Amino acid sequence: MIAFLLKRAANAAFVMLAVALLAFVIFRFFGDPVEMMVNEQATQADRAELRERLGLNDGLVTQYTRFVTNAVQGDFGISYRNQQDVMVLIKERFPATLELVLVATVISLVVGIPLGVITAVHRNSRLANVLQLGSIVGVSLPSFVVGILLILAFSVSLGWLPGFGRGETVNIGWWSTGFLTPSGRAALILPSISLSTFQVTLVMRLVRAEMLETLRTDYVKFARARGVPTARVQWRHALRNCLMPVITLTGMQIGNLIAFALVTETVFQWPGMGMLFIQAVTFVDIPVMAAYLMIVSFIFVALNTAVDITYAWVDPRLRDDTARAGGANG
Amino acid sequence: MSDTATHDRSALDAPAAPTRPSRLERLRDSDLWYSFRSHPSAIFAAVLLGLVALTAFLAPLITPQNPYDLAALELWNAEIPPIWNAEGQWPYLLGTDTQGRDILSAILYGSRISLIIGSCSVLVALAVGLSLGLVAGYVGGWVDNVIMRVGDVLLSMPFILIAILITAIAAASLPPSLKDVLAAPILIFAIAVPSWVQYARTVRASAMVEARKEYVQAARLIRVKAWRIMLHHILPNCMTPIMVAATLNFGLAILSEATLSFLGVGMPPDQPSLGTLIRIGNQYLFSGLWWIVVFPSIQLCLIVLSVNMIGDWLRDALNPKLR
Repeated sequence: MIAFLLKRAANAAFVMLAVALLAFVIFRFFGDPVEMMVNEQATQADRAELRERLGLNDGLVTQYTRFVTNAVQGDFGISYRNQQDVMVLIKERFPATLELVLVATVISLVVGIPLGVITAVHRNSRLANVLQLGSIVGVSLPSFVVGILLILAFSVSLGWLPGFGRGETVNIGWWSTGFLTPSGRAALILPSISLSTFQVTLVMRLVRAEMLETLRTDYVKFARARGVPTARVQWRHALRNCLMPVITLTGMQIGNLIAFALVTETVFQWPGMGMLFIQAVTFVDIPVMAAYLMIVSFIFVALNTAVDITYAWVDPRLRDDTARAGGANG
Repeated sequence: MSDTATHDRSALDAPAAPTRPSRLERLRDSDLWYSFRSHPSAIFAAVLLGLVALTAFLAPLITPQNPYDLAALELWNAEIPPIWNAEGQWPYLLGTDTQGRDILSAILYGSRISLIIGSCSVLVALAVGLSLGLVAGYVGGWVDNVIMRVGDVLLSMPFILIAILITAIAAASLPPSLKDVLAAPILIFAIAVPSWVQYARTVRASAMVEARKEYVQAARLIRVKAWRIMLHHILPNCMTPIMVAATLNFGLAILSEATLSFLGVGMPPDQPSLGTLIRIGNQYLFSGLWWIVVFPSIQLCLIVLSVNMIGDWLRDALNPKLR
């Protein structure tokens, strides 16, 4: 187990170093950092001084090492656009994104699991077929289209819910939360639904597939034979055994959701990390881009590694690392 | 040689031997065609996709105006609602945008761009993924290690993030005059880069298995060239999962292109794809001009939906466990 742990940790570290290399290359070679930072009137001497201070005259290996060391300590440099510390900018925006992602995840479980059970239990019924078709539609709907249609229906036509922004927020330490005010909660509804559409169908399909398999097992048949009510067998005995893969999927998908939130955030003008990133892309604000890339990849890799390790802990057969679960893509 | 042998034998008992069926007849006789005919949703999706593709590629012939030709746009035709509305005007079936551009024409031209970028990026990803996967699985050793490690790193970053970064970097490093001209190739590249890994992994797995089998050893012994073994012997053995993945990825590619264009890092407004049209329409969301954004969205959903339905059907039809 220890060997496995070390191997997975080394693997994750390697991937993060590679991502850091990519971020470093982007930072160093696309646009001259000095030209981006100084103002127009800066003299040649000023520029040379800044170049020296940023350490851009050192060898590339030294620079890369320093880049990684700084990043590990949470120092991603200064934003080109508004001259602020990148980490401060991201810290400000992170709660908005995480709250959105959490609510979307909860929605996907609360809606996806029952739908999956229903489609599996009443297989071939009309309801199940409709839901099954609905799940294909759900996978095919681009999340920004869902967002736009929701805004059109519930904000523009009906005027029930806010279609942009985060509403009022309350600060708890550095964490700004929208959960504690009515306008903050109302503002969460549409974006989290639009972010969760894809996820709901994913959970639903997975639960359905797992349930179909579990319903065929002997212990389910035995429970029925013993006279346990059908609904109880389905919703307690069988469902409980389907939840492990669902938890795995949910864990791995959180990284994807954080990345995908940037689309939802753009649609809803949601002041999260994703919006920050898209603005950075528009203004070629490379330190912000590099930091976002590394933070999201870190969350992604950390979650995947954690899931792998949990699996190996639960099921010793997986420890010999021959069958690594393929990475999620989407 | 084997051809003449079978020919001779069939000549001997001529009355009983059926002639070799043509390609079309074999297709009509296949399990796949049977399965297709018995799945109404697959037929529906294929017809829908066919219709979309046909209208998209015939767009210059059937649309009332060329939406890219600025001279054809008249401002007094701007903001006309769809035809069933009281203020609707012929020939603007789905209305016009704020510059007097016919929405239907823009949608058909936009679908063409979306379909071309989607299919090209799948083809590029297939070409790269299949060749790297074959080489990795067949050659093994450090070559395999390097290729698969690069794949691991790509898979450990979210798909959409890689694509955005590539388009952003390309946009930042190209001169403005080239940026719009190269927008489509950049998008194709940006979508292909994160998606080749899946094909490479699939092919590599089966190449590793096949490379150890006796027929491959035999082929090696008689000095068949390595690339020939890979292409003619190993590749055909793993085409089934590849076909399913490619179909589903075609839908994903169209979706990704639309997302990138919607975010503003994709196709520029003067050669809009569906995503660009939705991005433009999104600006008028709160001003009541709903048709500018709704119709391109519907078209995009229909395309992706039909591709996904075909992919779903194909996956079930080619899955031996479900037969």
